[in-house]
Amino acid sequence: MESLLYSILGVLVSLILAFTVGMTYMGLSRKITARIQNRIGPPFYQNFIDAMKLYSKSTGIHHGVMHHLGPAFIMVTSVMSLMIIPILNDSAFFTNMNFHGDLIFLLYIMTFGPLGMALGAGQTGNPNSAIGVTRGLSQMVGFEIPWVMAIIALMIRYDTSSIVDIMNIQADAGRWIMFSSPFTFIAALLAMLGMFRYSPFDIVGAPTELASGPMSENGGKYLFTMMSSSSIFAFAKLTLYVNLFMGGADNLLVLIIKTFALYMVPLLYGTVSPRYRTEQAVRYFWGWPSFFGLLAILYAVFF
Amino acid sequence: MINDKNSQKIVDHIHNFARKHSLWVLAYGTGCGAIEIPPTMTSRYDAERLGVRGAATPRQADLLLITGYLTTKTLKRVIRVYEQMQDPKYVIGFGSCTINGGMYYDSYNTINALDRYLPVDVYINGCMPRPEAVIAGFTKLQELITAGKADGAAKYKEKLEWYRKNQKNVIPNWTMPEYNW
Ligand code: SF4
Repeated sequence: MESLLYSILGVLVSLILAFTVGMTYMGLSRKITARIQNRIGPPFYQNFIDAMKLYSKSTGIHHGVMHHLGPAFIMVTSVMSLMIIPILNDSAFFTNMNFHGDLIFLLYIMTFGPLGMALGAGQTGNPNSAIGVTRGLSQMVGFEIPWVMAIIALMIRYDTSSIVDIMNIQADAGRWIMFSSPFTFIAALLAMLGMFRYSPFDIVGAPTELASGPMSENGGKYLFTMMSSSSIFAFAKLTLYVNLFMGGADNLLVLIIKTFALYMVPLLYGTVSPRYRTEQAVRYFWGWPSFFGLLAILYAVFF
Repeated sequence: MINDKNSQKIVDHIHNFARKHSLWVLAYGTGCGAIEIPPTMTSRYDAERLGVRGAATPRQADLLLITGYLTTKTLKRVIRVYEQMQDPKYVIGFGSCTINGGMYYDSYNTINALDRYLPVDVYINGCMPRPEAVIAGFTKLQELITAGKADGAAKYKEKLEWYRKNQKNVIPNWTMPEYNW
C-alpha cells in the first residue's frame, strides 16, 4: 500500500517536473533559435506566459465530439508514457510505475497520441488538418522503423525489455550503451530528429504552408492542452533516451544536464535546415537511420 | 471570506499580464503595408522579444492586423476571419488607408474607415508606417490591455446590428450566416 501511494505521488511530482522542464526547454529553444538568427528573442519563460494566455482564452468552437477529445488523447499519451519511464536511477520515489516489458508497451503507447489527434483533426473538416494528419502519419511510418529497430537491437543484445534492467546493466558495466552499442544509438538518435518535429522534419505543423496542420482549428484551451502535453512528452522522450543510452541519471541536476545536451541535437540540426518534403523525409528515415538500425540488430545477434 | 470582486480583479490582472505579453498576430496582408511585417518580425526589429508572434490560423490568434486598404471583396473575408477568432481579440488598423481611406479615399471599391465595419483598438498612422511605428502600436495595445480598455470585441458584440448594417451596405452579396463561429 505504502509503495503504491509512493508511486502515485511520484507520478504527480514527475508530471509537474516534466511540465516545468519541458516548457522551459521549449522557451529556451525559442531563445536559442532567436540568437542563432541574430535576434534578441523572447525571454525563456515566454512559453509559460503563452500557456497562461491560451488557458485564459474562451473557446466557442464545436466540430463534434472527437474534436474535443483529440487534445485529450495526446495528453493521455504523454502522461502515460511519462508514468512508465523511470526518472532517476534507484530512487524509491522516482521510478514511477514501470514494469517488465514496458519498452514494448511504450512502443505502442507512443503512437497512440498521434492517432487520436488524427481522429480529432479529421472531424474539424479543415483541409489543412487533413493534409497535416496524412503527413504526420507518413512521417511516423518513416521514423518508427529505425526507432523500433534500435529498440529491438537493445532487447536482443541485453535480453530484457525493461527500462530499469537496461539502466542497471549500464550501472553495473560502468559504461553507457551509447558507447557499447554505438549503431543502436545512432539509429535512435536519427529517429529522434523525426520525433521532435523540428525542421527539417516540421512537415506536419508547417505554419506558413499548412497553417499549423492538425491544430489549425484548435485555439485557446485546446492549444494549451496540446502545448503542455507536447512539453511533457518531450521531457519523457528525452528522459527515455537518457535512460536507455546515457546510463540514466543519479539526481535531477545530472538528468537536466543530460537531457538538455540531448535536446540540443534536434534543435541545432533544425535551426540550420530548411524543411523537407514529405517523401524526402520518409526517404531520409528509410536510408541511413534504417541502415544503422539493421547494423545494430546484426551486431546484437552475432556478437 | 474571499471578496469576489477583488479576487476577480486579481485574476483579471494576471490574465491581462499574460495577454499583454503574448500577442499572437494574424497579419491579414491586405494593401501595401504588409511589406513592413517581415522586417518587424525578423532580426532588425524582432517583435518576438515583446512576445509578439505570428499565429497560423484565426482560431489561434489574438490580434488581427489589417495592413492597409480593404476592398469590399476582402472585407467579407476579414469579417469572417475576425468572427472566427476567439475572445479576447484585438484589431490593429495599419496605415492611413484604414483610418480615412488614405490615397484611395475616392476609390470605387475600397472602404474608407475600417472603424465602421470592425472595432479597431489601435490605429497606426503613416503611409506606410515604419517598423518602429508598428512596435509603438503594439506597445500602445499592451498599455490598453493592462488598463483593461482594449474591449473592441465587447463593443462589437454590443453593437453587432450597427456593424452588420454597415457591412451589408457595402457587401452586396451577403451569403454568410449571421455570425461565423
Ligand atoms: S496607407 Fe499607404 S502604404 Fe498603407 S495600404 Fe494605404 S496606400 Fe498602401
